[in-house]
Amino acid sequence: MENELKVPTVAELLAKGETPDILFWVGCAGSFDERAQKITRDICRILQHVGLKYAILGTEESCTGDPAKRSGNEFLFQMQAMMNIEVLNGYEIKKIVTACPHCFNTLKNEYPSLGGNYEVIHHTQLIQNLIDEGKLKPADKNVFKGKKITYHDPCYLGRANEVYEAPRKVLESLDAQLIELKRCKSNGLCCGAGGGQMFKEPEPGAKDINIERIEEVIDAQPQVVAAACPFCMTMLKDGVKIKEKESEIEVLDIAEITARANQL
Amino acid sequence: MIGQLIFAVCFAVALFLFSKNAQQIYRNIKLGRPADRSDKPAERWKMMLLVAFGQKKMFKRIFPAVLHLFVYLGFVIINIEMLEIVIDGLFGTHRIFSFLGSFYNFLIGAFEWLALGVLVSCVIFLIRRNIAKVARLNSVELKHWPKTDANIILITEILLMSAFLLMNASDLKLQLYGFEHFKSVGSFPVSHYLLPYLPTSTEALFLIERSCWWFHILGVLAFLNYLPYSKHLHIILAFPNTYFSNLNAKGKLSNMPAVTNEVKAMLDPSFTPPAADANARFGAKDVQDLTWKSLLDAYTCTECGRCTSSCPANMTGKLLSPRKIMMDTRDRLTEVGTNIKTNGSFQDDGKSLIDTYISREELWACTSCNACVEQCPVNINPLDIIIELRRFAVMEESQAPASINNMFGNIENNGAPWKYAQLDRANWTQQQ
Ligand code: SF4
Ligand code: SF4
Repeated sequence: MENELKVPTVAELLAKGETPDILFWVGCAGSFDERAQKITRDICRILQHVGLKYAILGTEESCTGDPAKRSGNEFLFQMQAMMNIEVLNGYEIKKIVTACPHCFNTLKNEYPSLGGNYEVIHHTQLIQNLIDEGKLKPADKNVFKGKKITYHDPCYLGRANEVYEAPRKVLESLDAQLIELKRCKSNGLCCGAGGGQMFKEPEPGAKDINIERIEEVIDAQPQVVAAACPFCMTMLKDGVKIKEKESEIEVLDIAEITARANQL
Repeated sequence: MIGQLIFAVCFAVALFLFSKNAQQIYRNIKLGRPADRSDKPAERWKMMLLVAFGQKKMFKRIFPAVLHLFVYLGFVIINIEMLEIVIDGLFGTHRIFSFLGSFYNFLIGAFEWLALGVLVSCVIFLIRRNIAKVARLNSVELKHWPKTDANIILITEILLMSAFLLMNASDLKLQLYGFEHFKSVGSFPVSHYLLPYLPTSTEALFLIERSCWWFHILGVLAFLNYLPYSKHLHIILAFPNTYFSNLNAKGKLSNMPAVTNEVKAMLDPSFTPPAADANARFGAKDVQDLTWKSLLDAYTCTECGRCTSSCPANMTGKLLSPRKIMMDTRDRLTEVGTNIKTNGSFQDDGKSLIDTYISREELWACTSCNACVEQCPVNINPLDIIIELRRFAVMEESQAPASINNMFGNIENNGAPWKYAQLDRANWTQQQ
């Protein structure tokens, strides 16, 4: 990791009289979850590497309200949304990238009618664009060359917003051996964490949803399973651990894969 | 003459009863809250043509899709044949369209092949339900009436198609005998195989032809009136239901405007919210609190279970079944409709959609993954109903699971669903 990370906040940029071209919305998981923090830092490495002028909100960022909304607490959701919108509009933010499909969905679809209009993209879309523009290029002998990789579609990126191709394009650029899971794209199987499930025990049943998902992953026999959502990351990682497959299957976010392939 | 009269009466009564039932259903759907689905007509027509007419989403599962396509085409095209039967019945004519000549031959041929297709498909459907026991067609919510309903429909269709073919066969035999009334028209590519099994006496043939004719038309009229009590209603409602589909991204949930007003007032003391409807609830306790689109969804559900078989909660053994959500909503709506009909206005019956029909355990098992919405061949949205019921549980009753309440508390106090201080949000920048 040769690059030293310097992560500017919007406030810091403003103090220098500058505005970011793109705001990196880190999200709660990306800020606090240890595993997701690694993904967050890799995204910053990518942004820094391609020379994009970006910034984060830092301590001014707050939960988008997605878990509250999907659990039925519309009050709390709208409180969060309006406060966030006030901050974002105050900084005249136009474009947002985020690594969390839940933040992505809420910012993109649910904020506009409350007064928050931004161009919102997911980090897999940003990375795909950077690859298309030739700004990111996996090293010739990147560590993923020839490896068996599969991709797990997050519900909130896939079905909810029909982003299926961008993450796949990123993986295709690796010269890896891509395999699709039996349930993928619009038929993808949930990791089990959405709709507030991340924050509670599952209801009683025959098994947990992430176990069902991991069994399918194991059937496909990949060396790497790519995720694009911090919640999916947690669920897949736990699943792999429970099935004692940690030495065979690595769970990595598309951003981490990109950072490694580009030796950032 | 007597025959014509009896026919006219039957026809009129059937139409009258059906329109009464249709009105009842329309009234029930209108009990729902408003939802604006009048925008983008072009996109809506396209959706309807693709999904309802074109059966687009059915083809996610090829085998049943092909069988269903036969039954569907049979239904659409045989309506032309029904038109002829109705005219013949009213005016005492026989095969009035036969002046179309070779085109008529083509039509009759097409009807016959389709009738055979419908017959075979329905037999296979019966086997799938009752003998092969396809899992999604045999789950708990399909016991009792829904199971009987499905079998009644299939058996009726088989009987109707058999009557149709038998009628044609006896007609053909009479044509071959050279009866004046049965002039030689039509080609009978399927039913002519039945000729050797028919009696030779003309009286018997005439009797078979007439009784099949009557059975067929009375059967269809009876079936029409059975529709409102059956999942088979989808043959009509699939069309409006797909027209009024949600055209937004699936992930977008409505932002409740009433809440927006209250939140604005909270954040900005100078903002005076418009007077709120005193009867309005946050979320849904009962069917009247859902939008009319959710109620139309409920009547349109065909109970095919594609939603349930793709639901991650259901497939891992949890209580939730999106199909059951739709069936419960419809059952409760019918009950509320009857309540209103008997009492003039809705009288509290101590029941509600939540708890009486749908349990909290079902509600909280949903991951809001949209798999059910994606799979539904007629664009039904069970997730909308689940979210509305959760909204009621949380905002009207403060009855969320404890861990969910903790999450709410964390967001409120720390700006994150976990118990971390907002001030620590950017600590990750300090590590490499
Ligand atoms: S949205 Fe809820 S009900 Fe629908 S498939 Fe997903 S978990 Fe099941
Ligand atoms: S909601 Fe749709 S998918 Fe589910 S049973 Fe009804 S018609 Fe089938």
